[in-house]
Amino acid sequence: MSIAKLTASALTIAAVSASAAAARDNVQVAGSSTVLPYASIVAEAFGENFDFPTPVVESGGSSAGLKRFCQGVGEEHTDIANASRAIREKEIAACAENGVTDIIEVRIGYDGIVFASQLDGPDYTAFTEADIFNALAPKVMVDGQLVDNPHKLWSDFNPDLPSEEILAFIPGTKHGTREVFEEKVVAAGCEVTGALEAMIAGGMSEDDAEDACLAVMSDGRAVDIDGDYTETLASIDANANGIGVFGLAFYENNTDKLKVATMSGVEPTTETISTGEYPVSRPLYFYIKKAHIGVIPGLKEYAEFFVSDEIAGPDGPLAEYGLVSDPELAATQAKVADERTMNEGM
Amino acid sequence: MTDASMGATPAAKGSLTTEDARTKKRNAAEKRFQMYGIAAIGAGLFFLLVLLVSILSSGLGAFQQTFIEVPVYLDPAKLDKNGNRDPAEMAKVSTFGYGPLIEQAIFAQVEANGIATPLDSSKDMKALISASAAAQVRDVVLANPDLVGETVSFRMLAASRVDGYLKGRVQREDVARDKNIDAEHLDLTDAFVDAGIVAKQFNIDFVIGADASESRPEQAGLGVSMLGSLFMMIVVLVLALPIGVAASIYLEEFAPQNRWTDLIEVNISNLAAVPSIVFGILGLAVFIQFAHLPQSAPLVGGLVLTLMTLPTIIISTRASLKAVPPSIRDAALGLGASRTQSVFHHVLPLAMPGILTGTIIGLAQALGETAPLLLIGMVGYIATNYPDGLASGFMDPNSAMPAQIYEWAKRADPAYYERAWGGIIILLLFLMTMNIIAIILRRRFERRW
Repeated sequence: MSIAKLTASALTIAAVSASAAAARDNVQVAGSSTVLPYASIVAEAFGENFDFPTPVVESGGSSAGLKRFCQGVGEEHTDIANASRAIREKEIAACAENGVTDIIEVRIGYDGIVFASQLDGPDYTAFTEADIFNALAPKVMVDGQLVDNPHKLWSDFNPDLPSEEILAFIPGTKHGTREVFEEKVVAAGCEVTGALEAMIAGGMSEDDAEDACLAVMSDGRAVDIDGDYTETLASIDANANGIGVFGLAFYENNTDKLKVATMSGVEPTTETISTGEYPVSRPLYFYIKKAHIGVIPGLKEYAEFFVSDEIAGPDGPLAEYGLVSDPELAATQAKVADERTMNEGM
Repeated sequence: MTDASMGATPAAKGSLTTEDARTKKRNAAEKRFQMYGIAAIGAGLFFLLVLLVSILSSGLGAFQQTFIEVPVYLDPAKLDKNGNRDPAEMAKVSTFGYGPLIEQAIFAQVEANGIATPLDSSKDMKALISASAAAQVRDVVLANPDLVGETVSFRMLAASRVDGYLKGRVQREDVARDKNIDAEHLDLTDAFVDAGIVAKQFNIDFVIGADASESRPEQAGLGVSMLGSLFMMIVVLVLALPIGVAASIYLEEFAPQNRWTDLIEVNISNLAAVPSIVFGILGLAVFIQFAHLPQSAPLVGGLVLTLMTLPTIIISTRASLKAVPPSIRDAALGLGASRTQSVFHHVLPLAMPGILTGTIIGLAQALGETAPLLLIGMVGYIATNYPDGLASGFMDPNSAMPAQIYEWAKRADPAYYERAWGGIIILLLFLMTMNIIAIILRRRFERRW
């Protein structure tokens, strides 16, 4: 009988708490683990400076975050999706299907992607896009011919690089970083080395050749890291001859273990990235569900606070952590203030 | 005579005092086996020692934190421009307005103590203090508006790099490449330590505080996620114990032995072996996507862990019910008790110590479980607000101790790594306490027949 009482009280507690949760008073954010550090810094400062509770920021990746964002309008769904890439047409359509039609796109700044290796490891100090392509692509150009990748050592194709076995730790396919790595590095190298042209000359359609340009060898020299940068760091720690792909902010927090390589002669810093000299960078976004503004307290205030000069400006805490601030921040601020959705254009 | 004596001792090799070759071999085999056993135990103890030493050496540092103690002049010109000490108006000055005041206060200490440093502006002091200091001062000022215009002494957190330097994590040779701090700051830190302004102290906030953002590891604490774990354990206890005990009593005492109960038994044993991540996916699909319970809520976490703990509790409860001798039941029935009476008046009380032990061990297992929590959204920057009441404790987003440790371990700043180890120490203390309680219960109350 005491058991029956216990069960009954358990059910009552569950019921009471379920009804009490009807009004959500905190902003819920989910998405990219690259944006998470920045979002957590903003959320913390927001909680300190406003009377609203501190927003909750979950990680899980850009795609997972946007998927949840698009599940519908209502308190049980997230208000903001963080993404390290722009939302895709498919995702906008999925959103619309579930009634999420008014989405405000907010670009918060840029994130640099760097190649780094063990501090005391081989001299991986200067790469070009072509080097990465030659090392990792399944088909490369050798003596004007498109052949299966014969390279085993870095020095096989570039005598300036150390004669070490090729080993790279690259972000897994669920990461937004992977896309940037493929498009800005591998595909760029494909074009520079002439492999793209050779593929088209060999009878491939232009689209197929461009897709083939993104491919990375799967014989163990390119290791997909599905976890976070800490996992990449651990792999680099264990493999002196490996290079890893990191975010600029992560590298800057771990300069005691990592050394960074230049890309085509340009060292990655917030300055070179904001001027566009350093080629491998990408914009970071968050997406606001307009239908939730006014319903969830603090949502608009959080968004405005995020893009304010104090926070996202060049001297703000985000830039200090490693975000490359957006030169067009003022336009973004106006957009958030007017709640301009993607449908209404820029 | 000689023949007879020869016959009496036909095999002089077989004596009780001198071992023959075969006995020697057998004895040697036994010795060897014992040595293997001792070696196995030794290896186990060695690894336990290695584990404990590495946890303690990496984690104990998290319980200490570097603080800076300085008097801060609360400048009315900055904090209360209109001079009417109205908290609502003063709240408009954000933490960014407070930062410079604190930097000036620290720079004043440089001059007051006559420290020679190439850092010649208060702005350079920013690298020494935690970003949390501004919020700390602001909270005090808004709570006591009359303090504006006075000089108040604050004990503030030092930046994580300064803390790391005093703990030996940040080395001088590495600092050259670190844009967050310079060697001059480290020199200044040394001078401040000599002057008694900067010191390492026990940091209670690590145990009771909330999570902090990536840029201020020095502020992060495990307190809020500990509450998350507590609320989850309440859910598990309130659901798993009655359901598990009721199911076991029925299966053990009332259910007929047939194909169906056999099937159920096999399934319960199998459930106990299901990887916990599977329960996480189940929880995501059923509780969140189907039942629309809130994401990241300890209630959902507790429900998932209940599913995971149930088989453990059922199996241990059934074992302790089985251990109660049938004579007790027979005696009760013989005196005219009904079956229910015999179970609830006699069998269950005798089995209780075993049931509680099983439950506590099941809870301890659930407390340390991370995998299912990842799927229901308990990782990230979640454990930030203390729950204000029971309902909020169950329904508001929160993390749990193991999930918080996982989250810390993957953050970029190396200072978080230390905190992850510190969190493991706290988690282990909880698990040890629970296991010790289980052992005591078993020792004191268990009856043997």
